Amino acid sequence: MNARDIGELKQLVSDLLTEAKKQGASSAEAGVHAQQGLDVTVRLGDTETIEHTNDQGLGVTLYFGNRKGSANTTDLGADAVRETVAAACRIAKYTSEDPAAGLADANLMARDIPDLDLNHPWDIDALQAAGIARECEDAARGQDPRINNSEGASLHTQKSLFVYGNSHGFVGGYPSTRHSLSCAVLAGDGEQMQRDYWFTSDRLAERLQDPQAVGIEAARRTIARLGSRKIKTTECPVLFKADLAPGLLRSLIGAIRGEALYRKASFLLDHLGEQVFPDWVSIDENPRKRRGIASAPFDNEGVATSPRKLVDRGVLQSYVLDSYSARKLGMQTTANAGGVRNARIGTSGESFDALLKKLDTGLLVTEMMGQGSNLVTGDYSRGAAGFWVEKGEIAYPVEEITVAGNLKDMFQGLLAVGTDSQIPGSIETGSWLIDHMTIAGD
Amino acid sequence: MTQAHDLARQTLLEAPGLTETALSQVMDKLLSRQLDAADIYFQYSRLESWVLDDGIIKEGNHSIEQGAGLRAISGDKTGFAYTDDLVLPQLLNAAEAARSIARAGRSGRQAIASRTDLPPLYAPVNPLESLSEKDKLELMRLLDAEARAQDPRVQQVTISLVAAHDTVLVINDQGQLAGDVRPLVRMSVNVIVEHKGRREQGSSGGGARRALDFFLEQERALGYAREAVRQALVNLEAIEAPAGMQPVVLGPGWPGVLLHEAVGHGLEGDFNRKGTSAFSGRIGEQVTSPLCTIVDDGTLPERRGSLSVDDEGTQTQNTVLIENGILKGYMQDKMNARLMGMPETGNGRRESYAHLPMPRMTNTYMLPGERDPGEIIASVDRGLYAVNFGGGQVDITSGKFVFSANEAYLIENGKITAPVKGATLIGSGPEAMTRISMVGNDLELDTGVGTCGKEGQSIPVGVGQPTLKIDEMTIGGTAT
Repeated sequence: MNARDIGELKQLVSDLLTEAKKQGASSAEAGVHAQQGLDVTVRLGDTETIEHTNDQGLGVTLYFGNRKGSANTTDLGADAVRETVAAACRIAKYTSEDPAAGLADANLMARDIPDLDLNHPWDIDALQAAGIARECEDAARGQDPRINNSEGASLHTQKSLFVYGNSHGFVGGYPSTRHSLSCAVLAGDGEQMQRDYWFTSDRLAERLQDPQAVGIEAARRTIARLGSRKIKTTECPVLFKADLAPGLLRSLIGAIRGEALYRKASFLLDHLGEQVFPDWVSIDENPRKRRGIASAPFDNEGVATSPRKLVDRGVLQSYVLDSYSARKLGMQTTANAGGVRNARIGTSGESFDALLKKLDTGLLVTEMMGQGSNLVTGDYSRGAAGFWVEKGEIAYPVEEITVAGNLKDMFQGLLAVGTDSQIPGSIETGSWLIDHMTIAGD
Repeated sequence: MTQAHDLARQTLLEAPGLTETALSQVMDKLLSRQLDAADIYFQYSRLESWVLDDGIIKEGNHSIEQGAGLRAISGDKTGFAYTDDLVLPQLLNAAEAARSIARAGRSGRQAIASRTDLPPLYAPVNPLESLSEKDKLELMRLLDAEARAQDPRVQQVTISLVAAHDTVLVINDQGQLAGDVRPLVRMSVNVIVEHKGRREQGSSGGGARRALDFFLEQERALGYAREAVRQALVNLEAIEAPAGMQPVVLGPGWPGVLLHEAVGHGLEGDFNRKGTSAFSGRIGEQVTSPLCTIVDDGTLPERRGSLSVDDEGTQTQNTVLIENGILKGYMQDKMNARLMGMPETGNGRRESYAHLPMPRMTNTYMLPGERDPGEIIASVDRGLYAVNFGGGQVDITSGKFVFSANEAYLIENGKITAPVKGATLIGSGPEAMTRISMVGNDLELDTGVGTCGKEGQSIPVGVGQPTLKIDEMTIGGTAT
């Protein structure tokens, strides 16, 4: 597939907007993306799959007054622009008048589009990629004789181009890259078979964790699960390991999203300005973080992103809104069309070991299973595995249990957030210590 | 499937101007290395979706996806590339990239010869055009009105309607050509109810490989609206769910997600070939209670999980996975069947041309037993009766699985009493399945709503089961 350049994508966006106008739309927005990548998996020392990925697409949303229609396609052929606009126009004939519909306000469009250092292509071929994956898997398999099988190690690299424009005259786009390496291995001790994994991901290949370190961590996590048992049903404090804690923060974000709020489908309805966490907790969003995995100079409506506090001293400071939900709520967009970008919760200062001591006797959760969080009521019940902790020391691994509570109580009962943030993902957090939850087991 | 086959050929080869000579050229390029198998998967999909929210038709979207995925297999190694441009030069480029998995060697040539003609399980209709736009939206408005008319406590109603028309054609290294035209429709209703400051939700829906008139038959779609409201109102009364081990009675139909998680994934061929499943190497062994016979059946006419032909061109079948508790077989795609020396079962599926096929479920269900459902409930002193579930998940290696009830009741002294809040149930597949002590005579399949995710690929599936009792399972509530 021919590599497309940003100029071509900008031209397509411009063509889409021109065509929308020609077909009678009063306003329109369009996006075009192209992505190329390589995925290589090595299993038991041999290359298992080599996948060349290559995706592209264009989409348009247009308005006839307050009626909206959208269409998209993976076909960038000669007729695609006209046909896609025509499909969106046809849809817009049938949607209802909706006073909240439309583009984001023109005065909110990003004026400068700073380079956020998101683009670091990795010039690597399948053979080299397999070499790195093999080094990672070898390290995992060599770590312990009980590692007796593998799901393999995978190296993934991709480069993307993205352009968005709308009929306010805004057009912006940028290239970005993303690379990752992951490894999953199995261990057996005659009694049990367990599996676990580890991964690393970054915009820049040089900043990925060392392949051997990823393999060793995957092996260490897998071995630690051997001998897992159930525990009795109990109530106790729970420590969520840093790599799982983002899920809890995502529940918060889900509950303060405009769409959940105007539908009254949130347990945090009307909580703006209310204390939802203890007063030492602050959460912010930094959408223009350099090299950030979720960074973007403008949101999916062209609105300039900017850093912002979601929670300050425990008080909810902001909802997460796009222009539509903002209008429904009589508020202003928070440049969150497309989601929250790089959220971070401040630490209360304890190391992971200090958190174990603070937990004293209770449950350390290292894996969660299933959905089980109801954002309408805040009721939370999920499958879990991890370790039982006694007097600040890890006693033994546990599995086949659930942890349950209500998110509102869990947020209020947050005792500490550790300094052990490790994965620079779209949500940055250390481990969370929550005062008490119900554990169901035997 | 003659009609579907010809339609597929017309859409995917004739329309973009791909001749048989061109196809042979691409296949020759793929086969110019030492390969065990190769295929090309052409796809053209159109999808239309509508959303009614807040009483208005808020959104509509039309989407087209097209492309071809080229796969080259050597032993257990796979090379894969795809293009969304159905023209010869791009197909040749993709063939070049895909074949790089294998060493240079044999130069195979294969004429495109035989075609696979199979009986169709659904008509090759285009559901997008099966109702006028006006009638589609009228149907959604009717459901909105129906839901709101059920109860004044209904605050919000969201309705979605999705119609998909998927045309595929797969050509393999044996020169076999199989085409399929796959309609798929789905509706869902989600409601929020509020009473004295307490808010709860309920949802319902269904779908099939049919035209949209499916929803008009027997007031089917109106039934979704009533059911969503009923469920939400039940949840308004729900008390805390118990925490700990108790007997669990699962209702018929959709609770069959139990089978999908507890045994289904663990019986997919790839995991068993690699020895990573809790069921690996256990064929012939007793793995569930002798009351259980579980099948994966891709041949049920018009079901959401059914396929006339799978994504590798293999005819689907009714595969017995577990018979009277004994593990009989795995679900296979071509590669894993070949590597394991086992029969192909027509379970090779993929999300799209841009994804690799792998062994996946179709419609997975348990055959009925002999018990009256009332008798099953009456046999429980203290336990949980769960009739509706959200999603589930399984760790196929440890066998641990979860599924989340969103409508459940206490059973006290053999009687269904108070509704309880949603809770996750967790168990170990092989253990939980041996604890099934009663199986009802009321087999039901789900209403056509299931989507299964594996390695990032989503595909439509079905589940089903009769009412059944598990003697003990861990219930993740908060009441201790």
